[in-house]
Amino acid sequence: MSIEIRDVARRFGSTAALEGVSLTVARGEFVALLGPSGSGKTTLLRILAGLEGTDSGTVRVDGEDMTGVPARERRIGVVFQQYALFRHMTVFENVAFGLRVRKRRPPEAEIARRVRELLALVQIPELERRYPDQVSGGQRQRVALARALAIEPRLLLLDEPFGALDALVRKDVRRWVRGLHDRLGISTILVTHDQEEAMEMADRVAVMERGRIVQCDTAEVLLRDPATPFVAGFLGEASRLDCQVRGGVAHFDPLPLPPLRVALPDGEAQAFLRPEDIAVLAGTGQGILRAVRNVTDDRARVIVDLEGILLDGTAASGRAPQRNVPCRVALRGGIVFASNGQRARGEPLARIMAG
Amino acid sequence: MACGRPSRVAPVPGLGLTLGLTLAWVGLVVVIPLAALAIKPWELGVAGVAQSLAEPRVLSALAVSFGAALAASIINLPLGLLLAWALVRLDFPGRRVLDSVIDLPFALPTAVAGIALTALFAPNGWLGVPLMAAFGWQIAYTRAGIAVALMFVGLPFIVRTVEPVLRDMGKDAEEAAATLGAIRPQTLGRVVLPTLAPALLTGFGLACARAVGEYGSVIFIAGNLPMATEIAPLLIVIRLEQFDYAGAAAVGLAMLCLSFTILLGLNLLQRLVRRGRR
Repeated sequence: MSIEIRDVARRFGSTAALEGVSLTVARGEFVALLGPSGSGKTTLLRILAGLEGTDSGTVRVDGEDMTGVPARERRIGVVFQQYALFRHMTVFENVAFGLRVRKRRPPEAEIARRVRELLALVQIPELERRYPDQVSGGQRQRVALARALAIEPRLLLLDEPFGALDALVRKDVRRWVRGLHDRLGISTILVTHDQEEAMEMADRVAVMERGRIVQCDTAEVLLRDPATPFVAGFLGEASRLDCQVRGGVAHFDPLPLPPLRVALPDGEAQAFLRPEDIAVLAGTGQGILRAVRNVTDDRARVIVDLEGILLDGTAASGRAPQRNVPCRVALRGGIVFASNGQRARGEPLARIMAG
Repeated sequence: MACGRPSRVAPVPGLGLTLGLTLAWVGLVVVIPLAALAIKPWELGVAGVAQSLAEPRVLSALAVSFGAALAASIINLPLGLLLAWALVRLDFPGRRVLDSVIDLPFALPTAVAGIALTALFAPNGWLGVPLMAAFGWQIAYTRAGIAVALMFVGLPFIVRTVEPVLRDMGKDAEEAAATLGAIRPQTLGRVVLPTLAPALLTGFGLACARAVGEYGSVIFIAGNLPMATEIAPLLIVIRLEQFDYAGAAAVGLAMLCLSFTILLGLNLLQRLVRRGRR
């Protein structure tokens, strides 16, 4: 089902949790709300679920205005951060809850059939008689998911659902949840502060900062064309450096980095340099190679020390410079934001010959 | 120190000492007095104990004590839950004051409470007059008066046991129930109350146990009419005053057995409702 959020605002006392947020989620789409804590992503999710009111703006599900519709009538499934399972009920009863509280309660045999079907779907059919305290974190999450799916939700909301899992399990579960989404085709919104999780799972990522969605696009576009310095710094790895633009060229002095050609007005600016933008080359220079992080066939991720500032860069792995040996640092490009928010891609003045 | 005989070093040091102290203390303070109470009545012989307990006045006193204690605790249960709910969930002016007032029955000398309640509910008291006029109820010097006094002393037990569990529960489970389509009464009946059930039972048991043994606050408001409003602890005192120590101990032993049975039953019930929970 399609979800349309328009100009939603919400204040708590004197602090604005959301300011004019608009977002559209297409039928069957998987969208992630990504932002640091306090950016308003959980508030937005709670508004969608009907657990929190809005001060202004509208939320429409399939064209139907949700203002004033209580949570219990929205048919929006939620997987809560700590799962919020009912501890006094078995796994079976947890999943059956949404069916049992229906106005027209299905017959017992039908409930049992539906619950078993859902437990099979989330691959824990053997746990139906256990209590939440008797199963592992990953299993609890599957119970929470099955419980949310039992009401045949029009929209599925996942609130930091992987936070309580250990790193090893998390990767598997992410892929599994995304696969489940593709099979069921339920529109899904994931709230997370983990950029890797957001980019890996979602079709589109809405980056939130201080109560606003600053950019919403595919992971590829967010990385290539970040709309604001915040997005550039929050997504992907980047070294942030101050620079000065003079006559269409960004200078990094006093750092011994080559300047970049940018179409920006003169003045102070900020450059975001991805590891791919920073080429570490063998030869005499002012950089010192401090660490080699990750070596693939043709290139190595390295950390280079440039007059006390550590930069994440790449080096050709075949002819990689030695550790703690001086090396040359060149730039292949970068994204530069002028102080007025204007943005431009930086281009090297001279082509880099090697690397 | 440990290097010589590592296998003899307990993970928690001082286990022997602390265990010894604990057992000695429990023995001195709890076990020996209770054992004395259990032994004393048999001076009368088995038949004597049976006869002493079969007296109508004794049976009536036991019934009054346990009946009033159960009634007071049952009334206190929803009341205590409501108070705990207000303290945890609502933010109203004077919440902190109410929070401390709840503990007052713990601190107040029970005789003071008894006299105050009697003055209030007496036929010419502030509450006694309107209650009599409006409903024709007389509270003081009746079994209802006993229950009122026991409600007063038992309430904080229920509030204080439910409160932390309620606070710990948070709103998550209730919100989850709402998103799953539950209306408020369903959420309360299927989620909130079952979650609180173990704590409610514990509070009920504590309030009940305290009420059964309550003496100070009851004797003023009860009227102490044999066969009607005489409580078992008072009967014990009366027998003691008549130097009938064994007879007093017999009533005491009967109370002990009844209380133990009730607490045991509550414990078993609690096991049932706690099933599967840590």
